Amino acid sequence: MHMPLTDTLGLNLLAANQHQAEHNREHFDTWRLLCLNVMSSPGAGKTSLLERTITALAPQLEMAVLEGDMTTHLDAQRLEAVGVPVVPITTGRACHLDASMVSGGLKLLQQRLDPASLDLLWVENVGNLVCPAEFEVGEHLKVALLSVTEGDDKPLKYPVMFREADCVLITKIDLLPYLPVQVELFVEHVQQVNPRAQVFLLSASSGEGLGAWHQWLLEQVAALRTASEPASEPTTEPTTQAINDIPFPALVTR
Amino acid sequence: MHEVDMTRCLLLSLNEWKGQHRPQEPEVRVVHLQVGTFTCVEPEALVFTFGAAVQGTWLAGSELCIETVPLRARCLRCESIYAPDQENSYRSPCCDHPMEEIVSGRELRIRSIDYQLHDETPHEAPQATALTAAPTPALSSAP
Repeated sequence: MHMPLTDTLGLNLLAANQHQAEHNREHFDTWRLLCLNVMSSPGAGKTSLLERTITALAPQLEMAVLEGDMTTHLDAQRLEAVGVPVVPITTGRACHLDASMVSGGLKLLQQRLDPASLDLLWVENVGNLVCPAEFEVGEHLKVALLSVTEGDDKPLKYPVMFREADCVLITKIDLLPYLPVQVELFVEHVQQVNPRAQVFLLSASSGEGLGAWHQWLLEQVAALRTASEPASEPTTEPTTQAINDIPFPALVTR
Repeated sequence: MHEVDMTRCLLLSLNEWKGQHRPQEPEVRVVHLQVGTFTCVEPEALVFTFGAAVQGTWLAGSELCIETVPLRARCLRCESIYAPDQENSYRSPCCDHPMEEIVSGRELRIRSIDYQLHDETPHEAPQATALTAAPTPALSSAP
């Protein structure tokens, strides 16, 4: 008879994805390329925001997009129209991007350009507040969008997503006058689950609040460049005044 | 149904673990997981997909045993440990402080494997890749 044995592993269940994600991140670091994983529910305004932000930052940053979509190339076409290289990643029935899909997208991107010539790579994830939260793709920072039309309870209903996010964008604030919501509650609920998240209020439609978000992005790109230059000056203090530091009345200035 | 992808990751890890025992052939009885309540994983769905995925592979007949780990946070104001009320608020009941430090509940971990070792096997057992090779309609549906 064989002896019953037990191996204690203590291994991450998603180790396989994690390894690929770390591999992707090593590439990004080598290229000194900041990678952002942009996530939200469907229709929160990821693509509209990227259209505005990419257009605004194009004079200062070289950018490209890996565009995750379950079946269509519609979002990829919209972003190509803004004038940046876009690699569509059709996930089929999968409801999130994983690290190997992003690795495949990177290989396609490399056929078109040298990633080291880029400053910022956007990974627009599949619209979903559940699964993308658990699958790292190698990004440096996670950005989660929450539109004011979705309701202020979403950070409590999908807390893992908002906990994992480094930056939370409350979007579509131009609609606030027409909605029976209090924007303070959106921020409060995000901060309950993640007090360290950078929170910005903005509207891709009216342009309100985009300035602070763009400034934050420029600082993140600069911080990565500084971090990957071993002999450079010590990092400077970030200058963006995030929403966390501003009293509420000052935020909604309409 | 991201539990399918999680199962795929789990099988990759188990295949790797099996390779460490060559030339012996481990016969797995139970795979013990720890899954926190502050994750996006539904334990029952994971057990279901695992059972479907291992059919006809070297893991056939093995069982997935999931230990649920509750969410616990530390209030950074008074240092006490609390269990956030996941329905209504993640703030600490003692000081009304936001959930800054999570103590447990984010676990997605292969804790241990119960198995027996068989000496040299005459043939190579098929790898547990049933999910990628031939997804069943029930498994590949979107959430």
